[in-house]
Amino acid sequence: MAKAELMDYDLAIEMYEPVLGFEVHVELNTRTKMFSDAPNFFGGEPNTNITPVDLGLPGSLPVVNEQAIKYSISLGLALGCSIAPSSRFARKNYFYPDLAKNYQISQFDEPIAFDGNVEVELDDGRVFQVSIERAHMEEDAGKLTHVGGSTGRIQGAEYSLVDYNRAGIPLVEIVTNMIHGAERDAPELAKAYVSTIRDIVRSLGISDARMERGNLRCDANISLSPRGSGILGTRTETKNVNSLRSVERTIRYEIQRQAAILAKGGTIIQETRHWHEDTGVTSAGRPKSDADDYRYFPEPDLLPVEPSDALIAELRAALPESPLLMRRRLKADWGFGDTDFQSVVNAGLLVELVDTVAAGASPQAARKWWMGEISRTANDRGLEAASLVTPAQVAALVSMVDSGELTDSLARQVLEGVIAGEGTPAEVVAARGLAVVSDDGALIAAIDAALASQPDVLAKIRDGKVQAAGAVIGSVMKAMKGQADAARVRELVLVRASEQ
Amino acid sequence: MTLTRLSAETLAARLAAKEVSSVEVTQAHLDRIAAVDGDIHAFLHISTSALATAADVDARRLDGERLSPLAGVPIAIKDVLCTIDMPSTAGSRILEGWVPPYDATVVRKLRAAHLVPLGKTNMDEFAMGSSTEHSAYGPTHNPWDLERIPGGSGGGSAAAVAAFESPLALGSDTGGPIRQPAAVTGSVGVKPTYGGVSRYGAIALASSLDQVGPVTRSVVDAAMLHDVIGGHDPRDSTSLRDPWPSFTDAARAGRDSRSLAGVRVGVVKELNGDGFQAGVRSRFAESLEIMAAAGAEIVEVSAPNFEYAIAAYYLILPAEASSNLAKFDSVRFGMRVNPVGGGTVEEVMAATREAGFGDEVKRRIILGTYALSAGYYDAYYGSAQKVRTLIQRDFDAAFEKVDVLVSPAAPTTAFKLGEKLNDPLAMYLNDITTIPANLAGVPGMGLPMGLAPEDGLPTGLQVMAPARQDARLYSFGGAFEALLEDKWGHTLLSQAPSLEPTEMNAARGGAV
Repeated sequence: MAKAELMDYDLAIEMYEPVLGFEVHVELNTRTKMFSDAPNFFGGEPNTNITPVDLGLPGSLPVVNEQAIKYSISLGLALGCSIAPSSRFARKNYFYPDLAKNYQISQFDEPIAFDGNVEVELDDGRVFQVSIERAHMEEDAGKLTHVGGSTGRIQGAEYSLVDYNRAGIPLVEIVTNMIHGAERDAPELAKAYVSTIRDIVRSLGISDARMERGNLRCDANISLSPRGSGILGTRTETKNVNSLRSVERTIRYEIQRQAAILAKGGTIIQETRHWHEDTGVTSAGRPKSDADDYRYFPEPDLLPVEPSDALIAELRAALPESPLLMRRRLKADWGFGDTDFQSVVNAGLLVELVDTVAAGASPQAARKWWMGEISRTANDRGLEAASLVTPAQVAALVSMVDSGELTDSLARQVLEGVIAGEGTPAEVVAARGLAVVSDDGALIAAIDAALASQPDVLAKIRDGKVQAAGAVIGSVMKAMKGQADAARVRELVLVRASEQ
Repeated sequence: MTLTRLSAETLAARLAAKEVSSVEVTQAHLDRIAAVDGDIHAFLHISTSALATAADVDARRLDGERLSPLAGVPIAIKDVLCTIDMPSTAGSRILEGWVPPYDATVVRKLRAAHLVPLGKTNMDEFAMGSSTEHSAYGPTHNPWDLERIPGGSGGGSAAAVAAFESPLALGSDTGGPIRQPAAVTGSVGVKPTYGGVSRYGAIALASSLDQVGPVTRSVVDAAMLHDVIGGHDPRDSTSLRDPWPSFTDAARAGRDSRSLAGVRVGVVKELNGDGFQAGVRSRFAESLEIMAAAGAEIVEVSAPNFEYAIAAYYLILPAEASSNLAKFDSVRFGMRVNPVGGGTVEEVMAATREAGFGDEVKRRIILGTYALSAGYYDAYYGSAQKVRTLIQRDFDAAFEKVDVLVSPAAPTTAFKLGEKLNDPLAMYLNDITTIPANLAGVPGMGLPMGLAPEDGLPTGLQVMAPARQDARLYSFGGAFEALLEDKWGHTLLSQAPSLEPTEMNAARGGAV
């Protein structure tokens, strides 16, 4: 749909209630695959990280990765889910060349985790409850590359290549219940929900959770219910949205698109859709009906998963603090105001601050550097702030400023050197000769020279007009090329003036 | 006696005593195969490395290496098992020439124990059948009567053993294809407890029913082979972790004439009905008398749900098979058929499966796909699983009263080739006695109980024991076999036609 045909967003929300639902796939970073001992590594030479099991060769059998079960239980617990004392794998049968066995081993009516709840915080600090239907384990499919067409899609391609390196990578699929009540915040909630899931899996250390690499993939479901009708609309499912910003834009776009169709008396087709980052629109995929028949049945090659109460208790005890609770605690510990704290969260630099504080810097100083000079440089260069410097380097820099070894302006030069790859702050200081001149002798000589050349200023200082010292300090700092501690210079100026 | 007539047990002893070499034993069997397999067609592929393997075992023995009991003894392998050095087709055109990049776990164990693989044996395509007539590579013939079926699906393994082409064979049993062929060829076949032998590398028919087991000419031989192939395999999640006793010891202990004293033998009322051939029933009745005379206590037990076993089996098997066989799509291995003028990947898959699968396979894929479909699942697959639970309860109840259960291993002697080919239901009913054990996962053994008076063909006894009590089968089977052979003064198979090539040619030429 062309942008001009979309309904105005505010009007759309006035007429319809958006109802959301998400399926987030999380790739687990286990050492080996879900059902084979092939390395869990997608990439490299195609079809090298595979075993007979991943290729579905006749006679091969799956064996469940125990670590993946533990990770899934931890994730289920972190999502506030109940853990099933017995859950089962099932076969989802359909023919597709990226699916080596022409069935996917997944979980169907007996998922490992169910009935959870996630608190999602919006930018303004409001907290939204998202109810989790289930989290279940499954295996990823191979990757198809369509060659010869203009679109990279299967239509029009001359031939297709399959890379089974991805086949069998362990996934957990987190499915929400229908989310009502987000109203005009629906796009923001969508983004915040996926971001929360990302924070949770990162805090658990069970996934790299890089959306751009497909470690974390979101299928966004949305339908519109006409205000006051009480009738649920037909939903669309936009597949594999691969950034937080895209999740937000997708929801916003679909609300405007569906509203425009509905307002004209049209009907929404139940289908999968694809998000196009470049043009900012979704396009139709394949029709999807609730009656899709995957002929699920219990996977006879695997036994039910029956974690012991002791294991569940052990994993529960080992859960890290939830990201939301951690944020609340940090905000209090650091004594940040709402705006200051939220800006750090929104910048995605919370972890960097935590690590910098852990390395010895004060929270205020850590925030100042990360949100200030480092973020500015990152923005200028279009890079992630976290990729420029390490928390340890920032803490070292802060420590040098605190001890008076560096002034702020010198520290900025040191930071520039660190970012340029010249070494640690100490190495940059040494190499560039940036240390503060702390030799009083050199300073006194410069001060005496300055006082001698400005007798009127000297007279004012002697008369008690200490603010007049600023002119002397300025010329001393200039003489020292900035490599002096201005406070120390001021002290010495007052001393020398009184002695002369 | 020629080397090919010896049991594996005897061959093993003579090899160990260095009275004979594995090369001699292997050559004798290769010669026998060359002489008779043109008529039997037990083998789909003969190993080109059998003699080299045998020479290697001989060298190790001469070096004083400590070898396993069956080292140097030849063995035939059902074509359902993956072998890294031989094609593994499961009797299907769709896998013609496919050499797997790995060995099935049981094959790996055979090699580690230095048995000598002779080749791969014929079978109904993907083990779907009871006659081996559904092999894409032509039927196997029964050594007792070349016009008759050798049973199935593992008819090739049973015929190879019964025709003295191999002293040992591996079979696989989903609903009886080890025990029923054993019955109709006069050999011994064992379906171990589900999970007792690894399924890794056994091309799956119905995963929850399949089990690999020994096919031999004596109970001790079966036990010796079972000792080699059994045990936990981390590559098969359904494989049991239990430690197993020595089955060889159990079988040998059973030979003691007093071993049946006080054993409670349950006769399953429902598995000896009207549909059974008269000669099968009379031999079965005679078998019970022999057991009773040896001190066994014969008890009739009822298993009321067994009558639903075939119906449940023919829902569960096709359902699982329809999914297991989905991987045969030409994308990664096996046959590929390109439609005229090219086509989409779906069209290539369809054309390949159309050309590569036989009728019986297609029939079961269609049945299974239907049974799993939304709206039918509960009525078919779901109900069948409930029947399965009921049958397990019948077994549990029966084994509270008795130590073993017995029945005829097949309702009839071997039928003629082609006789039931167009009557799938009649073919399915042939597995009526053996299917309950697969549904319940309990172990079962088929062994000879004499020739039917009316046609002079072998009949078989089936013995079943509780899950994990495979050793009980071997001691009971060993005892019964010893009693019969004492009575007869010979083994049953010693009475089989010699299959002299000249005689055979004359018979086929119509001169006899």
